[in-house]
Amino acid sequence: MSTAGTTGTTVDTPQASAAAGGRVARRPRRAIDWGKYFTWAVMAWLFAPIAFMIAFSFNDVHGRHNVAWQGFTLRWYADAFAYPDLTTALLTSLAIALLTMVIAGVLGSLLGLALGRYRFRGQGASNLVMFAAISAPEVVLGAALLSLFLTMNVATGFLTILLAHVMFTVSFVAITVRARVLTLDPSLEEASRDLGATPLTTFRLVTLPLLAPAIMAGGLIAFALSIDDYIITSFVSGNTTTFPLWIWGSTRVGIPPQVNVMGTLIFAVGVALAIVNIVLARRRA
Amino acid sequence: MNTTPTSSPGSPDSPGSPDSGQSAPGPRRFTGATPYLLVLPGWLWLAIFFVVPIVSMVTMSLMSGNLVRGFALTFEFGNYADAVSTYWPQILRSLFYGGCATLLCIAIGYPVAYWIAFRGGAYKSTYLLLLLLPFFVSFVLRTISWGFMLSDDGVVLGTLKGIGLLPDGVHVLNSAPAVIFGLAYNFLPFMVLPIYAVLERMDHRLVEAARDLYAGRVQAFVRVVLPISLPGVFAGVIMTFIPTSADYINAKVLGGTHNTMIGQVIESQYLVNNAYPMAASITFILMAVLLIGIFTYARALGTEQVMEAQAR
Repeated sequence: MSTAGTTGTTVDTPQASAAAGGRVARRPRRAIDWGKYFTWAVMAWLFAPIAFMIAFSFNDVHGRHNVAWQGFTLRWYADAFAYPDLTTALLTSLAIALLTMVIAGVLGSLLGLALGRYRFRGQGASNLVMFAAISAPEVVLGAALLSLFLTMNVATGFLTILLAHVMFTVSFVAITVRARVLTLDPSLEEASRDLGATPLTTFRLVTLPLLAPAIMAGGLIAFALSIDDYIITSFVSGNTTTFPLWIWGSTRVGIPPQVNVMGTLIFAVGVALAIVNIVLARRRA
Repeated sequence: MNTTPTSSPGSPDSPGSPDSGQSAPGPRRFTGATPYLLVLPGWLWLAIFFVVPIVSMVTMSLMSGNLVRGFALTFEFGNYADAVSTYWPQILRSLFYGGCATLLCIAIGYPVAYWIAFRGGAYKSTYLLLLLLPFFVSFVLRTISWGFMLSDDGVVLGTLKGIGLLPDGVHVLNSAPAVIFGLAYNFLPFMVLPIYAVLERMDHRLVEAARDLYAGRVQAFVRVVLPISLPGVFAGVIMTFIPTSADYINAKVLGGTHNTMIGQVIESQYLVNNAYPMAASITFILMAVLLIGIFTYARALGTEQVMEAQAR
């Protein structure tokens, strides 16, 4: 190899270029992309318990100890609603998540719009409070709310869960919307104003459509956080049971396979939404 | 934490505004009550259901009494002394587990964020979506699934033992590593997303420039990419360290009785023992410890862009 440089005149011979190629060819020929394998391995890790859940929703299990494979069945899908409390809990979760999405979506969007668009007294303080609300541990939020409800003698239940969920999701919506507001091109609104639109018309026809994706994203984050929450909910739920609370409660007696079925169905809905999202994004592009 | 929300696009519509000096790049529009009307509902909600409860919890932590005779505010600071002397092992263990899980999240999440941001190409958003997809399934259900998978006769250990690769005496559940891995699993996206957001926005020509100036791959990474990505790592650390130290679902499902975390103590003091003042003081201690840790870390790193990194 070291002779390649010394035989200056023979550079064009096949051997020399092969020898040189042996050294230099690393550049065009990509090195093994370890990052890719690593990322895929991490993905596999992330999906492992999901795969387990889906597989074992088809497990022909007897009794409630659902950890070993005993054969394929569709029984649990046919019987998905065999536990009325589980169905009720799921519906409660959905209702709270939808209401949270709407309320936190509206309040958070207004907050985000104000924080991104205007400068006003108290802006720093609101950023600080939002940051604190996002980063405070859930157990602290739950315990603090329960302290308040105990002090004020408020009965905990559906309403207090909703209050809590809006409280801990509103800041997520606000920062999502604010990030979008900050990247808006101000000339679009100016053009609208120059063309004679009133501020309200400009907001309705220009600003709002531009913000819509961020508002949607923020609302979906609020929905996802709400439907998934266990810790805060467990503090302020009283006798109301949500889906995560029901699952947790059933661990003591053994989780029925229907839980895996519902988890699989929820996951399927998520996948469907994701695919729709990708297709829409492709079409728009 | 001073965030800098006004890095807004320089708007040309206010060239004559009184403060169009270089100190304030964003437009300063004095539009009267509009911003206040916009933030008012959100503010009220956060004030009533976030700020007031924290104050209420602090007040409760200074009370004495019990559920039968009622609680009274007696400025009983002894609650704090009792909480520390009784539960310091759980507090330290929680911080240790949270710290380990956070480091694990950096070790796993950074390469993933880096690879997606730099090599993801047209599929960046698809990769991110794949990363988030498992989180459509309930946190509790995912953790319980891990518990089932890793149980002694579950699909992983049961199979390995069945084909003779592992001796019968091997257990994974009810150990500290199981809890830490569970925590890292559940909070990984909170590390990946902020790091990704920063790397994705970074001008990739900077790396090329460093390489043109004869920096090696490692040197270009250490001296260019890493410093730029630190705000993302910082945001990620906050978003993982706080919830992992305060989580107790993983400890309950994967940790058994010897690996309890402080969240479990708070939960049982509130919901089982009804020892509200004690519970409130433990909660306040947890919050204070985390805040002090975060502020120290923020000081050391000197970054103020947490919210910015987190919002994208």
